This record gives sequence, structure tokens and C-alpha cells, in this order.
Amino acid sequence: MPPGPTQLSGHRVAERLNAALPGVVVTATDEWVEVAPARLVDALRWLHDSSEFDAAQLSNCCAVDRHDRFEMVYHLQSLDLNHQIAIKATIADHEQPALPSAYAVYKGALLQEREVYDLMGIVFDGHPDLRRIFLWEGFPGHPLRKDFLGLGNLTPGLARFPFEDRDRPDRIMNPAPLRHDASARAQNEQDVPDDWRGAAPA
Amino acid sequence: MTAANEPYILNIGPQHPSTHGVFRLRVAMDGETIVDMDMIVGYLHRSMEKLAEERTYTQNIPFTDRADYLAAMSGNLGLCIAAERLTGVEVPERAQYLRVIFAELQRIASHAMANGTLVSDAGAWQTPLLYMFREREKILDLFEMTCGARLTTNYMRIGGVAFEPPAEFWPALRELVDELPDRIDEYSQLLIDNEIFLARTRGIGVISAEDAINGSLTGPALRGSGVPWDLRKAEPYDVYDRLDFEIPVGRGGDVYDRFMVRFEETKQSTRIIKQAIEQIPDGPHKTQIPLALRPEPGEVYGRIESPRGELGFYLVSDGSPAPYRFHIRAPSFINLSLLRQLAVGSTLPDAVVTLGSIDIVVGEIDR
Repeated sequence: MPPGPTQLSGHRVAERLNAALPGVVVTATDEWVEVAPARLVDALRWLHDSSEFDAAQLSNCCAVDRHDRFEMVYHLQSLDLNHQIAIKATIADHEQPALPSAYAVYKGALLQEREVYDLMGIVFDGHPDLRRIFLWEGFPGHPLRKDFLGLGNLTPGLARFPFEDRDRPDRIMNPAPLRHDASARAQNEQDVPDDWRGAAPA
Repeated sequence: MTAANEPYILNIGPQHPSTHGVFRLRVAMDGETIVDMDMIVGYLHRSMEKLAEERTYTQNIPFTDRADYLAAMSGNLGLCIAAERLTGVEVPERAQYLRVIFAELQRIASHAMANGTLVSDAGAWQTPLLYMFREREKILDLFEMTCGARLTTNYMRIGGVAFEPPAEFWPALRELVDELPDRIDEYSQLLIDNEIFLARTRGIGVISAEDAINGSLTGPALRGSGVPWDLRKAEPYDVYDRLDFEIPVGRGGDVYDRFMVRFEETKQSTRIIKQAIEQIPDGPHKTQIPLALRPEPGEVYGRIESPRGELGFYLVSDGSPAPYRFHIRAPSFINLSLLRQLAVGSTLPDAVVTLGSIDIVVGEIDR
């Protein structure tokens, strides 16, 4: 993807960030900089305080489940210089994901990190009030994880798109659509394990 | 601490007029003063981000109506802007003007609602709210004649808009735009010098510019604190760079400033619509796109200035027709970051007015 209209090149940010804090950058592309998760807060604080980047506002933060790891994405905004910086941190531990909290630098992380904790299950060390926010305490699992409630293939919609080439190797939208005749319903019910609540990750 | 002034817990909501939806506050009070506050949200959580992962980009547009249900057009526009950046779809010029017109009409309708409910929180029960509903009603009529829906519009499409407005739309729009400045002045006279309203809002819920920026506030909540930050100027999308308008800002960052920023913004929106009506060219209203739009693997963070602030969509594509990750950066959710800090130490009526001035929409908070 081309970077956004006001987005800074990740290479440029990485170069300056690495000069100030050696070893903090893991990789960089045109769009983003990936930093070492243990030093995330140092990197954010340096970008926040530097006059060259002036990352005054945490515009957006969210997590992406990549099946074997989590990616946390931070979009930082400079209001005076009008540019945006995308910072990523990869959490290798998919079972017990944890990351330092950005709240020490940005108060705007307060609710956004609670949302990520609730829906993705990433624990933010140093967050002052880390509780679930949309779901209740005790809800089984974290719904935005890719492995949450693998209910067979009960997905809505058509099996494929009309007029589309059947042989395309891309992911099929709906490998087995939910049909409404009795035999298909019985089949679908068999696919759902009886203990599906217990099967969800805690 | 004696038993006489031991804090007690007051529960407000989830069904309460001053919480603007199913939003609950647990407030610890010491006499008249709030000593702690906890907000409890999620009553309207529909897990849109999860549902979106199994639908195509176009099928996800109706979800954005139901996120911020007072500004459905802005929600549609935000997703379309992000998806167009992801897929590289071009938008015809006429469609860009139509989008600007509808987004600005929606901003006027949304601000009328926000200011109307704020005033009724401050004690002017219903009268100003229903005055402002008059203009909102006309705007919703325009939506209805164009796309058949008043609230959940589902009007914008990736690469344009769904329908060309009908012939009777344009005279009705001109009439509305001509009378709007007079109406806005009428409401100003009713409210901005009203002594009771001033007493309820001046110096209440003050947010400093530093706190507003650090707390990720956007929209009128940020501009009320004197920060001239508006994505329509900072990162112009569609044809906003060809239109002449100003960014109103407040000075003190109190409730009154946020109220006045919204008032002034409706005037600026009227200006924008007037220019757009004059400049709009003929041409197609949308680009034909494939039914199954398969963006290249990659990611994009697209954003617009919705009536409540920066509405962002973070989309990750894995090459399939459905997004791999679909995150909504909801301004009214993130604008609540400072709510506890603002409420603690103030009184309950002031906290209610402060919450009203932040202008939350619970559909967007919970998603």
C-alpha cells in the first residue's frame, strides 16, 4: 500500500530512532517502524519528546492477531508538523501476550488499551486500570482472536461470488455456507462441539 | 472519616436521559462532590469488528451506519475513504462533491442534536432541542429522498455514492441552505447570551490544550481547547482542499467553548455546502468496481473528520474479499479518556453537562 498523504516514511523514522536509541528498531518499511517490544515505551517517549517528530498524540492503537503472534500498531500524530508515524511491536507469545503500556506517555491509551485487552487479550504492564470494557469479567475468551469459537464453518453469505472465476487460488469466502434445509442443519449442529464455551481460550 | 460524610455510590443509567443512550456511570459521592467515577459501557456491543472479518468491504458499509447512528453518512464516508486507499479505486469528481454535501449536511444534523441535548442537560428541557430538530428533520428528509433512509443511510460506496439525488433534491437543498444561517442566528440569540446557560457552562469541565492532545481527544472536544486541528484541512480528502472554510476554535476549553465550536461549525458547513452546490460538475456518480473486491495484501489507516472527531478505519487485507482485520477508531469512545479526570472534584450536575459537551454516541462507543 502507498503510505498515507501525511505519513512519514518508516525508514526515515527508523534511522533517527536507531541513532538516538541504538538497537530499538527491529525492521522498517516505507509505511511503519517495528520496535523491540521491551523498549516500546522508550521509543514512544523519544518520539513524543523529539522536536523533529513531535508525536504529540496517540491517534489510534489496535492489535492484529497473526495466528502465531500478535502485532500491536500505534498511529502517532504530530499536530504542529502535520504528519503521522506508524509504530508496530510484535508479541511473539501467542498464549500469554503482554506488552508495556503506552499510558505512561499517552493518556489517550487508557481506554484504547482496555479495549485491546478485552477483545484481544493482550496484557499491558503498567496500565493503571486494566479491566474488560465491553464484555463482562468472566466472559470466556477474547472475541477478536482468530481462534475464538471455531464454530465449524458457520459463516453468513454466499459460498462464492456469482460470475467469479472458480479456480482462483485465493481464500474462499465461505467454504461451507449455512444452508437451511433439515439435513444441512443437522450436519452443521454436529460440527459444533458441545463444549464450545470451554473450548475457547481463557 | 465519620459516618456523616462517608462516600456513597450513585448509579446513573444505563437508562437515563442525561447519559445519551445505554451508558452507565457509577459515581462515588461525598455530599455534593464526586470523589470517583467509573464508566460502564458495552450494553450496545455488537462485535462489529469481528463480524466485519467475514463480510466484504461493501457489505461492511451498513455497519458504519449503526456505529455512529447520528452521523451515518460520515461513517460511510470514513470506510469508503479507507477502502479506496487500500484498493486504489478512483472516485469521480461529481461523487466527491456529493459526498462532501452529504457529509456536511450530516454534520449540521449531528451538531444540532449534540447542542440540543447539551442544552436540555443544562436545564432548558426540550424546547431548544425541538427547535433544532426542525432543521435536522429537513436534512433527514433530504437523505430520505436520496437514498430512502433517514438514519441508517448506507449511501456511500467504494468509488462513489449509491444513487444520484433526484431532481427535487436540489431546490430543497438550496432552500435549506438559504434559511440555515437565519435559523442558526435565531438559536444563538436564544442561547449564547442566556444567563442561566452561561452559568451552567462557563468554566465547567475545563480541558487544557495539553491534556486534550495527550488524551487523544479530537473533533470539537479538541478544538474547544483552542487547538485548530481538523482533518478536513490537515489531510484533505475528497474535494475539501477546493472549498473555502475556517476552523472555529474555543479559548478556554470549557463546556461553553465546545458548544460554541459546534455552533460555528454548522455555519462553516453551510458555507461549504453553498460552494459545493456551485462547483459540482456533471458526470458519473460512481465507479464500477468488481463484486468481489480483492485488495492486494497490505494495510491502511484511513480517516476523516466526523462530527465527533477523527473517525479512522484500520484495514488489513490478506488478498481475500473480506478484511483480515477491521478496526474502527471511534472518536466518541476515545474522547471519554479524560472523563474521570474531569468529573472527579466537580458536582454531579456539572459532570452531566461535561459528558453532554463531549457528545457521545453509544453505538460508536460500544460498536
